[in-house]
Amino acid sequence: MAKTGAEVPRVYGGPAGWISVAIPAAIFAFMLQFVAPVAAGQPVLLGLDWVPSMDIRLSVLIDGLSLTFALLISGIGMLVTLYSTKYLGTHPEYPRFVLFLMLFMVGMLGLVLADNLIALFVFWEITTISSYLLIGFSSDEAKSRRSALQALLVTGTGGLALLAGMILLGNVAGSFELSVILQQGDAIRAHPLYVPIVILFLAGAFTKSAQFPFHFWLPNAMAAPTPVSAYLHSATMVKGGVYLMARMNPALGETDLWFWALVIAGGFTTVFASILAVRQTDIKQVLAYTTLMALGALTLFIGAGTADAIKGMMTFLVVHSLYKAALFLMIGIVDHETGTRDVDTLRGLGRKMPLTFLGGAIAALSMAGIPPLVGFIGKEFLYKAGLGLDTASLWVTGCIFAASALMFVAAGISVLRPFTGKLAPTPQAPHEGPWAMWIGPLLLGAFSLGFGLFPDTIEAWLVAPGTWAVYGDYGYSVDLYLFREVNAAFLLSLATFATGAVLYAVHRPMRDRLGRLFEANPIKFDPGWDRVLDGLKALAAWQTNILQSGVLQRYIFTIFLTLAVGIGATLWARDVLNFSVDWTGDLDGLLFKHWAVLIFITSGAILTALTSSRMTAIAALGVVGIGVALIFIMFSAPDVAITQLLVETLVVVLVAVAMLKLPHLGLAKDRGRRPVHAALAGTVGVLVTLVMVAVLQGDIDRRITDYFEVASWPEAYGRNIVNVILVDFRAIDTFGEIAVVVIAALAAYALLRGTRYGAPADKEEDRT
Amino acid sequence: MINSIILVAATRLLTALLLLFSIFMLLRGHNLPGGGFIGGLIGATGYVLYAIAQGAEATRRALRYEPQNIAMVGLGIALAAGVFAAFFGDAFFTGQWWFAGADPSDPDDKGLPISSVLVFDIGVYLVVFGSILTLVLALEEEV
Amino acid sequence: MELLIAIMVGVLVAASVYLMLARNVLRFLFGLILISNAANLIIFASGRLTPESPPLIPAGADAPVELVANALPQALVLTAIVIGFGLFAFALTLVYRTYQNLGTLNSDEMRLAEPEETGK
Repeated sequence: MAKTGAEVPRVYGGPAGWISVAIPAAIFAFMLQFVAPVAAGQPVLLGLDWVPSMDIRLSVLIDGLSLTFALLISGIGMLVTLYSTKYLGTHPEYPRFVLFLMLFMVGMLGLVLADNLIALFVFWEITTISSYLLIGFSSDEAKSRRSALQALLVTGTGGLALLAGMILLGNVAGSFELSVILQQGDAIRAHPLYVPIVILFLAGAFTKSAQFPFHFWLPNAMAAPTPVSAYLHSATMVKGGVYLMARMNPALGETDLWFWALVIAGGFTTVFASILAVRQTDIKQVLAYTTLMALGALTLFIGAGTADAIKGMMTFLVVHSLYKAALFLMIGIVDHETGTRDVDTLRGLGRKMPLTFLGGAIAALSMAGIPPLVGFIGKEFLYKAGLGLDTASLWVTGCIFAASALMFVAAGISVLRPFTGKLAPTPQAPHEGPWAMWIGPLLLGAFSLGFGLFPDTIEAWLVAPGTWAVYGDYGYSVDLYLFREVNAAFLLSLATFATGAVLYAVHRPMRDRLGRLFEANPIKFDPGWDRVLDGLKALAAWQTNILQSGVLQRYIFTIFLTLAVGIGATLWARDVLNFSVDWTGDLDGLLFKHWAVLIFITSGAILTALTSSRMTAIAALGVVGIGVALIFIMFSAPDVAITQLLVETLVVVLVAVAMLKLPHLGLAKDRGRRPVHAALAGTVGVLVTLVMVAVLQGDIDRRITDYFEVASWPEAYGRNIVNVILVDFRAIDTFGEIAVVVIAALAAYALLRGTRYGAPADKEEDRT
Repeated sequence: MINSIILVAATRLLTALLLLFSIFMLLRGHNLPGGGFIGGLIGATGYVLYAIAQGAEATRRALRYEPQNIAMVGLGIALAAGVFAAFFGDAFFTGQWWFAGADPSDPDDKGLPISSVLVFDIGVYLVVFGSILTLVLALEEEV
Repeated sequence: MELLIAIMVGVLVAASVYLMLARNVLRFLFGLILISNAANLIIFASGRLTPESPPLIPAGADAPVELVANALPQALVLTAIVIGFGLFAFALTLVYRTYQNLGTLNSDEMRLAEPEETGK
C-alpha cells in the first residue's frame, strides 16, 4: 500500500465505497436472471447498432461461457470492493482506486459479453489500461511503475496482434459478429489465412493470460494492492486470454496447430509455474505463481479439446476462481493485520485470526484438491480428461499430475504454515480483520464446499452450459460427481496426495535447492525484459536524434521534401500526366482584366519572396490578397470576394500594428542554402501546378452541388446557395469552424495577456 | 492611436454606419450575398477603425462587453440553435422554420420567416465579430 | 483561365515554400499567408470557373434557371478564409510574443524548449 499523505477518515470508504459495492451487486443480481434460460441451452443475444456502416454492433451474447464469467466478475467484484472499503478505505486516493476498479469491471464484463469482435477488442484494451492504472496505483514506488508499464507493454503488444487477427478473421468470416463467426468453423479452418489468424489470436491470449514465454509480467503485477491481485490478476482479467481461447475454440480449434500450440504452451507453463511457486517465500508470490499454473492448465485443456477436457476446463475455471480469490483476500488480511507476508515469519496465526484461518483453510483444501471440496472434483475431471485423450495423453496427464502435487505443497505453504504452530512475533500485533474483509473468503469458501457437496448445482448452472458453448455442441451430456467408483483418476488423486505430502515435508530444503538452480540458470526473463526495453529506448533516442533536430528550418524542409517526393512518385506511378492540354480553349475569351489580375498576383508573390524590406513584403502581400479577391469577383463568388477583401484589410491592420514592435527583416544569413531552398520550392510549385492541371483535365462531379441547388429553396428557404450550405446543410461543420476561430482568438489573447517571461538572460531560473 | 481630427470625427459616423451595414448584410445573407461571416467581419472592421482612431480603451468602453465574451456568447447561441432541433425529433443542426403571418394556401407566401438558421447565423456573426476584436484590441493594447 | 490559374498557383506555392524555409519567422508568416491564398485558389478553381453567374436562385424560381457557379467550393473557401485568418492572427501573436521574450526572430535561436545538446 502506498503510504502517501494522511489517511482520510471514511466509513466503509465513504460514498465511493458504498457505490462500488452496490454496482457489482446489482449486476450480479441482474445476471442471475439469465441462469435459467442459459442452463436450458438457450443463449441470449441482445444488440444495438453502434457504427452500422462499419459492421460494428454493441451486441451482447449471453451463453454458458459468458454467463459463467459475468457471474464470477460481478460476484467476486462485489466481495473485492467490499473488502477494499476496509483495506484501502482510508487511503487518500481511494476514490481514484474505486474508479479504476469500476472501469476495469465494466471492461471485463464487456469483454466477456460482447458479441462483436471489435467491441470485444475495445473492452479488452480497457481491461489492459485499467490493469496498468491499478498495478501502478502506488505510483510513488518505482517498482510499481515498472511492473505496471511491463504489464501494459506486454499485454498491449499482444492486444495489437489480436486486433490484426480479428480484422483478418472478420474478413475471412464476412462478419465481425461472434455468433456468425462461430458457425463458420470449417470454412475458417480451411482458409489460407487460418495459420496467421491463430498465431495472432494466440499472441493476444498468451500475453493476457501470461502463458510461457510471456509469463514474467504476472508475478510482477503483484505490486498492485492485494484486492487488485485477487480480482484482476487471479480471478478475472488474466482469464481474459483463457476466455478468448475458449470462445474461439469452435471457430479456430480442432486442428493440429491449435492442439499442439495450446497443449505445449499450457503444459509447460503449468509445470514451470508450480515449480516456481514453491520456491517463493512471499506468500503473495506463491499465489501469483499458482495462478500462472492454473492459467496454464486451462490453456492445456482448451487445447486438448475433447468434450471431457472442456468439461474439466470449465469446472476448474470456476473452482480456481473461488479458491484463488479467497486465498488472495486471506493473505491481504494477514498482510494488513500483521504487516508481513513472509512465510518464514508467520506462524500460529490461527488462534488470533480464526475466521480468516477458516476461510483460507477451506480455500487451501480446495486448492490441494481434497474431498469433499469442489477442488477435488475439478482435479478429478482434469485427470479423467487427460487419461481419455488419444494423443499426448501422457504429457497432459503428467503435467497436471506434477502441477497438482506441487499445488498441494503450495496450499500447505500459504495456509498451513502461517496459521498453525506456535505464534511468532510479527511487525504488528496480529488480530482478526474487520467483517468486510473476512466475509469474502468465508463466502467463497462456502461456495467451494457447497458446490463440492452438491456438484449437480454447479453442473447445471455453469459447467454444462459453458461446456456446450466452448465445445460447440449443445447435445453433449455433462455429468459431475464427487465420487462413484475407484478408477484410474481416483488412484491418481491418491498418488497426488502422497507425493504432495512428501514434497511438503521436504519443501524447505527443496526451496533452497531450487533457488540455487534458478540462480545458475542463465536465461532470465525479467532482466531480459529490461534489456529489450533498453534496446527500444536506444532505438527511439537514435531515431529522435535524426528526425527531431529542433531546427524549424529542417522540419519544414523535411515536410516539403516528403510532399514533393510523395506527389511526384504518385504522379509518376499512376501515369496521370499523359494528357494533352487544351491551351486555346483555356485562353479563349480572356480579357485584359484577367491578364492584369494574373500578373498582379504572380509578381506580388515573387516580390514578397525576394524583398528584404518588410513594408514592401506587406504591400506585396496586400496585392496578392486583393488580386485573389478580384478572381473571386470575376468568377461569380461575391460572398467569398467580400470575405477575402475584409480579411485582407484586417490582416494588413494586424501586421501593421505588430510591425511597430518587430525588427526589420534584414538580409538572410543563410545565403549558402538558398539555391537548395529555391530548388525545393520550385519543385513543389511545379508539382502543385501539375496536380491541378491533372484535376482540371478530368470530369467534375457536380452531384453534391446539384443537390444543393435543387434543395436550397424548397427545403431550406434560402436563395443564396453558398450561405444556405454554410448555415443549414453543413451547419455542424460551420459550428466546428467558428469554434476554431474562437479558440484561436482566445489562445492569442492568452498569449498576449499571459505571464510574460523574462528576457533570454534569466530564462534558466524560470525553467527550474 | 492616430491624432487626426478628421479621422476621429469621421470614425464615430463610419463605425455606426459599418455596424448598421453589417447587420443589413447579416439579415439579407440567406437570399443575397452576405451572412454571418461577412456581417461579423464588417462589424469588426468598424470597431477596428474606431480602435485605430480613438485607441483600444475607448473602443472597449464603446463595446460595453468584453469581445471574448461576445465571441463565447455567439458560440453558445450557435450551439443552442443547433441543439434546438433535437427537441423536435430532428438531427442536430436541422433548421426549424416558422412563417409568421403566412397564408397556408399559398405556397409562395412565406410571410415573415423566422428560423433557427437565422439564430445560428447570428451566432456566427457574434463569434467572428468578437474573435477579431479580441485579437485586435489585445494586440493594440500590447503595442 | 483554369490552366493559367494553375500555373499562377504554382508560383504562389513556390514563393510560399521558399518563404517558409527561411530562418526569420516573419518570413515564415508571410509564406503562411501566401500558401493559404494558394490553397483557397486551388479549391476554388477545381470547382471550375463560371463568369458572371453567382449561385443565387432568382425570385420566383425553385432552383437556378441556368448554369450558375459551383456553390460548394465557394462555401468551403469562405470558411477557409476566416479560419486562415484565425491561424494567421494566432501565429502573428506567437511571433510577436516570442520576439518580446527571446529577443530574436531567428528560429535557430529559439531553443528554450529543445536546448541544443552539448557534449555530443
